[in-house]
Amino acid sequence: MSEIDLSLGRSPSRGFPWLPRSRGQNMRGWSALAIFVALLVAVPILVVFGHVFVPAGEVWRHLASTVLASYIVNTLWLVFGVGIGVFVLGVSTAWLVTMCRFPGRAVLEWGLLLPLAVPAYAIAYSYAGLFDYAGPVQTGLRDWFGWSRGDYWFPNIRSVGGAAVVLAFVLYPYVYMLARAAFLEQSVCVIEIGRTLGRGPWRSFTSIALPLARPAIATGVALALMETLSDFGAVQHFGVATFTTGIYRTWFGLGDPAAASQLAAILLAFVFVLLVGERLSRGRAQFHHTSRRYRELPRYKLRGGWAALAIVACALPILLGFLLPGGQLLVWVGETMSESSGDSLGGRLWWHTANSLMLAAGAAAIAVVVALLLAYGVRLNPHPVAKGATRIAGLGYAVPGSVIAVGVLVPLAWLDNTLDSWLRASFGVSSGLLLSGTITALMFAYVVRFLAVSLNTVDASLAKVTPAMDGVARTLGMGPVATVARVHVPIISPSLLTAALLVFVDVMKELPATLILRPFDFNTLAVRAFELASDEQLRAAAAPALAIVAAGLVPVALLSVAISRARPGRAQGKVSL
Amino acid sequence: MTEGDNVTAGDNKAPGLLMAGVGHRYGRDPVLRGLDLEIARGEIVCLLGPSGCGKSTSLRVAAGLEPIQEGRVEIDGKEVARPGFSVPPEHRRVGLMFQDYALFPHLRVVDNVAFGVRGGDKAAKRRAAMDLLARLGVDGYAQDFPHVLSGGEQQRVALARALAPHPVVMLLDEPFSGLDRRLRNQVRNDTLDVLRELSVATLLVTHDAEEAMMMADRIALMRAGMIVQSGSAVELYERPESAFAASFFGDVNIIDGTAEGGGVITPLGTLAAPFQDGCRVRVFVRPEGLGLTPEPNGDAADATAEIIASHMLGPVSLVRLKMDGVDVPVTARSENGGRWKAGQRVRIRLDPARSFVFPASQEI
Repeated sequence: MSEIDLSLGRSPSRGFPWLPRSRGQNMRGWSALAIFVALLVAVPILVVFGHVFVPAGEVWRHLASTVLASYIVNTLWLVFGVGIGVFVLGVSTAWLVTMCRFPGRAVLEWGLLLPLAVPAYAIAYSYAGLFDYAGPVQTGLRDWFGWSRGDYWFPNIRSVGGAAVVLAFVLYPYVYMLARAAFLEQSVCVIEIGRTLGRGPWRSFTSIALPLARPAIATGVALALMETLSDFGAVQHFGVATFTTGIYRTWFGLGDPAAASQLAAILLAFVFVLLVGERLSRGRAQFHHTSRRYRELPRYKLRGGWAALAIVACALPILLGFLLPGGQLLVWVGETMSESSGDSLGGRLWWHTANSLMLAAGAAAIAVVVALLLAYGVRLNPHPVAKGATRIAGLGYAVPGSVIAVGVLVPLAWLDNTLDSWLRASFGVSSGLLLSGTITALMFAYVVRFLAVSLNTVDASLAKVTPAMDGVARTLGMGPVATVARVHVPIISPSLLTAALLVFVDVMKELPATLILRPFDFNTLAVRAFELASDEQLRAAAAPALAIVAAGLVPVALLSVAISRARPGRAQGKVSL
Repeated sequence: MTEGDNVTAGDNKAPGLLMAGVGHRYGRDPVLRGLDLEIARGEIVCLLGPSGCGKSTSLRVAAGLEPIQEGRVEIDGKEVARPGFSVPPEHRRVGLMFQDYALFPHLRVVDNVAFGVRGGDKAAKRRAAMDLLARLGVDGYAQDFPHVLSGGEQQRVALARALAPHPVVMLLDEPFSGLDRRLRNQVRNDTLDVLRELSVATLLVTHDAEEAMMMADRIALMRAGMIVQSGSAVELYERPESAFAASFFGDVNIIDGTAEGGGVITPLGTLAAPFQDGCRVRVFVRPEGLGLTPEPNGDAADATAEIIASHMLGPVSLVRLKMDGVDVPVTARSENGGRWKAGQRVRIRLDPARSFVFPASQEI
């Protein structure tokens, strides 16, 4: 078995279905294109990193002596708080739904994914409205107990702690998903052997299941923390100064791209620490399952109080991460609809929706095409350079949107200015700004940021077309083009749709890069919600925010279908996803 | 009748597959070093060898999936590959079957088989596919998707798919190793019957000597990119031409010795060893080459030993022995099943026809 795999893996001509003879030029050309695209996508990241070596200016010294320390402290607290929160929420709920039986388990197993649909800024807006002094919670408490201002202590939601809590409630599904998959993958045999060796249920969890799932859990926590680092909307609304808000302020308030890039570089350093940490924690711990026997998990049946406790434990994250914020937004939308009888707001909302849809669809299409180009580039010629370039191109997902925005704007502005001054010097005409502040710049940033999403999906689906299938199709009389048309396309096209959908929704939600790069007076749903929330018009912000949550439900539905199928040992569903 | 006129497609005298002096390297590693192979139509040849000896590569070169770097390939008397020239796989009339079957997951079983059928409309293609499926006894699954089929059923579908375009040459890469032992024998026989009946030139790659013996009209033993010995199973088993052939092609007891006066003296007796005096040699004795007699019967000149353990394997017993004065235990295969007991004393008679002597410098 391993022998065939080896020889195929080593073979340079995984480049089927292309002809052996014509491989030379075709494949080299394709690979060169793939490497070029990968480098283009890597430009923003490299630009930001390059600024580490630019001498510090006046603004930077000012920042360093005043706010930098608070950025670092706040960021560390956020990472710490969210890290603990998502670990506890994600692992405990994943364990309960995979290993125990209690009423409502099936619904909760699916429902625990729902908070993934809520962008951090949307939950921040709704929680700010709910828990502020004038919000329903504090008002209710005052009415009930007859308190007035100053009589009681209530935690301030607009704080680092508050931000950590709201972020944890929408980001824990990353840990939940991966931990759940890891628990499901574990062969029952391993756990049963643990039991026969004298470990009780709890000990076999802590000494077998948890260590086995550790790589998956580490990845989940790392993903959640990357989202935390890139969050802009929630911390901005809560007035917590972090790097993302700092970049925004330095860029627009102080107008210093160099200092903004340097802040971005420090933020990037945090991201890389995370990436390296995640790699290390996985590192050699690539557990291969030695046992191939999978059976239905022997779920522990919980009774009475324990069952009730499990239901509460699994329902609480759904309530606080989805139902409460979603419900609050819905209530606000209802109120504004009944108040404003058909003013211009509704009309403008349609415009913003159209803008969002247009951007998201465009970016999704480009991201899928680029992913196809890169994936086939590696398949045709699995050269280390092509592989490395593709990996770099996929790094954008770890890089916060504000960092990418800065990394896109700096080189584009340079390009525009150079062209403009050259034209003015040579022909006496001004080109103005051709690229910066255009839809093109915005699309570029989206592709850089979300390419990894489409790339992973396309890669995974292309892997389903094994080189052996190419070989069989060729010997059965199909030329290279016919092989692609009759074997590749039908197998990978459902996944291309999935990839496009995932990018689409991510672009809909994206805020900081859009905010920095959008053309003048060009609004999307996310930007509009941000502007209204910044003006403390939370109720008006609810409509665009709710529209984004609704769009976010699409990938959640896709995910829940995909993971319900992904139990090893169970026949895989048809070719889809 | 000139030779040129004679070489046309379908001429039964031309070999189905001919590979001559085929050389191939991946980067700097030579994988094939002058491979020569000829398979008549209706003949089944097994390419046998250890992992990484170049078996799969030679198959891929024959299919046209790997460009040829040296030598040439002919199919049905027509040249299909030489350096700088290669008929693409879709025009070679070869069928290909992989260990993992590589069925198309997006097509129903019948459409998998109809995929390669040439000519005719869709209905005709499907009819041809159904005929083949029926012949292999899997027509009941025609409308299913491949993933619901068992390993044996998938294997049959893959075979039907490869046969559908009426190939001249059939290339099988470890096609039975995914099946469990019982099923394997059944599927193997069915496959052989169909291939012989359709008089396809078949090249089968395997690393399992027993499988090669079961299937092949001829076995080509391969090592490090070259064919080291080729012949029937009997020839390879009884007259191995190298230490590698002797040890790869069946169990052996290995005894080291030194050639002297055209012979080698071992604790089991003296064997002919036509080598220079003082040459280190290695003696290979098949387990059935050791005849056992309980003491005190037998020839007093024979070596004596004590039985360590005896395992009854149906008609024969595998007996582990500790010879007097020799530390390494030897294994004998005895036909008198179940008669031997641990601790029993026996005499050992060496059968020279089942013993082979090669210089110790030859690698195993």
